[in-house]
Amino acid sequence: MVSGGTPKVELRGVKKCFGNKVVLDGLNLTIGRGESLVVIGGSGTGKSVMIKCVLGILRPDAGQIFVDGKEITHLRGRARDEILRQFGMLFQGAALFDSLTVWENVAFGLIQGRGVARKKARDIAMEKLGKVGLGPEVAMLSPSELSGGMQKRVGLARAIAANPEIIFFDEPTTGLDPIMADVINDLIVATVKDVGATALSITHDMVSSRKISDRIAMLYQGKIIWTGPTAEIDHSDNPYVEQFIHGRAEGPIKMQVKA
Amino acid sequence: MNIFASIGRVILNLFEQTGRLTLFTTDAVTGVVRPPIYWALIGQQLMRIGFYSLPVVGLTAFFTGGVLALQIYNGASRYGAETFVPVVVLVGITRELGPVIAGLMVAGRVAAAIAAEIGTMRVTEQIDALTTLSTNPIKYLVVPRIVAAVISMPILVAIADSIGVFGGYVASTQALGFNGSIYLNNTMNGLTYDDVSSGLIKAAVFGFIIALMGCYNGFHSKGGAQGVGSATTNAVVSASILILAANYILTSVIFSHG
Repeated sequence: MVSGGTPKVELRGVKKCFGNKVVLDGLNLTIGRGESLVVIGGSGTGKSVMIKCVLGILRPDAGQIFVDGKEITHLRGRARDEILRQFGMLFQGAALFDSLTVWENVAFGLIQGRGVARKKARDIAMEKLGKVGLGPEVAMLSPSELSGGMQKRVGLARAIAANPEIIFFDEPTTGLDPIMADVINDLIVATVKDVGATALSITHDMVSSRKISDRIAMLYQGKIIWTGPTAEIDHSDNPYVEQFIHGRAEGPIKMQVKA
Repeated sequence: MNIFASIGRVILNLFEQTGRLTLFTTDAVTGVVRPPIYWALIGQQLMRIGFYSLPVVGLTAFFTGGVLALQIYNGASRYGAETFVPVVVLVGITRELGPVIAGLMVAGRVAAAIAAEIGTMRVTEQIDALTTLSTNPIKYLVVPRIVAAVISMPILVAIADSIGVFGGYVASTQALGFNGSIYLNNTMNGLTYDDVSSGLIKAAVFGFIIALMGCYNGFHSKGGAQGVGSATTNAVVSASILILAANYILTSVIFSHG
């Protein structure tokens, strides 16, 4: 499904270690423009670390990361901010700022990061909240007054507030009931299409990944061991993928108890 | 072999911590002069760090001034030197006890609060979220707290000095039978610019230490509730120790001429 031209995001041989533990071991991955890629993998396989390397929150020990064909691996300061402006991210726990109200959370990147006037940012925030199915009545609430699913929605509204070109989803459905998970999946599909963004999600929820992805990649022991269109995931002929998507305890993947 | 490994690990860890704190401090200090500057957040922190610390700092200063008068009277009366009580209370409060007591109280109150707040933001990924929203977390979280603490502490100490001296006055006139107007007169005659200003300089340094330790420990906390708990403890302990150490150094530098 990779459309022609330079990929939107590319990781080449990215390595990251914490002490003696190798988390990413020469990871290669490309995400085409406008594509929705889901990376699946067990807990502790380095999915979050991968996203944080792309965002620049963590610094890879080796390898290169490209956005629009431009290397961003070692960018800092203003140049990094410039790149980050294209990104939106939905965190696993929503990571809403609890000292601010819901609408201030959604408008945060606009007001602080882009210098949009408060009133205008508020209007945009209201519109984005509407897109995730939240009315103006929640705008003045504090995030702690919301349920987990509602917080995820606000997090999604915040991620899309500045019309990002790339959106990252970290375990978007973890900790939600199946119905709310499906609501969030629908919202992800709709909003990604709506802003025309490229999406990179990480999850271990197979229902979610089938629904929101164009293509799926599987991360195991710091490398991508399989990648293919979503429809082919059931015929991967890869014993690791087979074991993972069917959730079998027996198979080539041995659970590491210690992180 | 194992012994060497663990010695090595301790030393490496020490270097790592020192380097990390140095980088963090540099980032924080350069952040003060580089825009954007979040004035509203500085104002908010001035309220939290400065204004809301007034009751606790005022109360401790009052009782410290009072007990200082009682003890100095106790010692001075052995040599018939009771008339020195007002000026010794004044010097003791303005030079040392005002800044140190206020510093320790604010360290307990504010360094802990900062570390807990920023630590929780760290473990709930709110700090990472700031980065993804094109906002530098050092400038947004650390700089306003440091600026507010450096401004607040001298003001708090100036107030603590006055209340401390007043505490000495109350104890002396009520419990020790001093004449109120003579006590005040002695205090005013003993008042020097250097005594007060040295205390205020110390206060600004202590404010920096308090906010820096709170922010640094909060920023580098990890692993959920327990991590935030130990970050809070470390913030208070390290701030208190650094305040006392810095106080010694500042005293020896400021008063080295005499």
